[in-house]
Amino acid sequence: MTIATGEPVIRVKDVVVQLGTRKILNGIHLDLLHGEILGFVGASGAGKSVLTRTIVGLLPKREGTIEVLGVDLDTADHEAKQAVDRRWGVMFQQGALFSSLTSGKNVEFPIREYLGLSQKLTTEIAIAKLEMVGLKPDVYRNYPSELSGGMIKRVALARALALDPEILFLDEPTSGLDPISAADFDELIMTLQETLGVSIFMVTHDLDSLHRTCDRIAVLGEGKIVECGTMEKMLASEHPWLKSYFHGVRAHDDWHIPVKG
Amino acid sequence: MAAAGTLINGPVSDGGLNLTAAGHWIAKHARALEPIVEDAARSNAAVRRVVIDVSKVDDFDTYGVWLVERTMRIWRSRGAETEIVGLSEADGRLFAKVQSGVQKLTPLPRRSNSIMATLESVGRTMGAVWADTLLFSQMAGSLVVASLRVLVKPHSFRFTSMVNHLERVGWNAVPIILLITLLIGAILAQQGIFHFRTFGADIYVVDMVGVLVLREVGVLIVCIMVAGRSGSAYTAELGSMKMREEVDALQTMGFDPVEVLILPRIAALMITVPILTFLGSMAALYGGGMVAWLYGGIDPQVFLARLHDSISVKSFAVGMIKAPFMAIVIGLVACVEGLQVKGSAESLGAKTTDSVVKSIFLVIVLDGAFAIFFASIGV
Repeated sequence: MTIATGEPVIRVKDVVVQLGTRKILNGIHLDLLHGEILGFVGASGAGKSVLTRTIVGLLPKREGTIEVLGVDLDTADHEAKQAVDRRWGVMFQQGALFSSLTSGKNVEFPIREYLGLSQKLTTEIAIAKLEMVGLKPDVYRNYPSELSGGMIKRVALARALALDPEILFLDEPTSGLDPISAADFDELIMTLQETLGVSIFMVTHDLDSLHRTCDRIAVLGEGKIVECGTMEKMLASEHPWLKSYFHGVRAHDDWHIPVKG
Repeated sequence: MAAAGTLINGPVSDGGLNLTAAGHWIAKHARALEPIVEDAARSNAAVRRVVIDVSKVDDFDTYGVWLVERTMRIWRSRGAETEIVGLSEADGRLFAKVQSGVQKLTPLPRRSNSIMATLESVGRTMGAVWADTLLFSQMAGSLVVASLRVLVKPHSFRFTSMVNHLERVGWNAVPIILLITLLIGAILAQQGIFHFRTFGADIYVVDMVGVLVLREVGVLIVCIMVAGRSGSAYTAELGSMKMREEVDALQTMGFDPVEVLILPRIAALMITVPILTFLGSMAALYGGGMVAWLYGGIDPQVFLARLHDSISVKSFAVGMIKAPFMAIVIGLVACVEGLQVKGSAESLGAKTTDSVVKSIFLVIVLDGAFAIFFASIGV
């Protein structure tokens, strides 16, 4: 079940999500294409996290279908669902590392559960993953409470990558990082995408990050996708929210960072 | 999905080994591939040059790449030359990424032998006990300072907060305290009657229940319940506030956390525990009386008359006087432990456990100290 580059790995159709009496998402259409980095933006409270959590199955939806890697998650049985779970990795905003396990054991956790390799190989793979995200091997023994914010994000990324997923969800990967670490993180995400060929769904508010890393950007507003396309399309858009987002005070119009592509 | 990857041994020429890898070298098949590469490395230990052709591999991921790389490293460590041929451009990038890893962990300091380790752990425990003593004294000191400040400026006392805690640790605890002490009183009476009956001294059960409940059991049971119910809640609340830097936020705004958070909590306990002790003792006497009547056939009027003769206000006072001191101990331990919580959820759990264990232990130690004191002054 391999999917060619450019074909959707996630298809979100007509999705409606209601929390309490409020409709947060009202008919969302969105595709994540194979091998792309999709930036997902929207005002705070617009429902970005709600959509992410709905796709990965943490929130129930009222209407619509979500197809991941050709599997409709509503009709799939437990085993098919678990097979899909193995093929995606989720990195949460605060890392969500298990605080009772060391970083290394955090990364090993899904490997141990799903692959049943020897302890030696499992450890080696975990260290290799930690090194791939730019950490020193010794971090393997540190507990999450002993790590800085940036390191926690990296360990969380390593854990999301543990099973070599085909889809990666990143929830604000660069929030709370200094500009240098954030730039490093962008670089890291791009290398990982190139080397591993993963498709990345990235929720972010970081304009630099959007410029540098994203192939396409989707904008969420009033429960719908307002605009979806390349950075040029975003910059050219006449939608008032997009204008203030991409040409606002925080957006430097003299971009020193070249748009990807 | 197609079958797992394979590794085919080519001919060995001039001490050089040619290997051909094919199939799927991915996470799913890593389990099957692991023995294959290990066999290859073991059975060709003597070769000086290894070439792996990967052009027939359908797909690689980190697992496949690492399996190839670790085998190469084994050969390299034996002094052989290694080469990988037939890499596609994309896989080449992945190889480069994985190869840049060093995998070296700093060796851990060597464990000393078991006797030394035991001695070391005893030493550390003693150190921890001493550190706890210091922390409790420090907290007691800050509490005195905060109380004095409040005495000078009474309006700065967090009255609302205290009332809130009064409701939670006092009013809401009444039903469970009544139930448990009632049962304890009933059990004491039943056991007393059962054993005293053999030598016809049934009536002395009233003396036993009266003295035991009023002097010791009432206050102890209540304190153990309060430590488990409210002490743990205090530790968890303060601990999660500490975790989320709320305590630090208070401090930067110029408030003393002891005055704002801890004083109202401990004040609420000092008011609550004596009241609960009184209610608990009464419930225990009631339970004892019920059992004495229904099981032992001692009429309530007889029970009351006997109780009147056998106990004095002194016994009651001995129990009650202990209550506020117990409350301070429970509150102090709970708050000190709460403020010791570090970043992780696990530490919150550990400190909550410590809080309950230490406060129950100290309550019993304190009760013993009181027993010695009252015995020596002849009460």
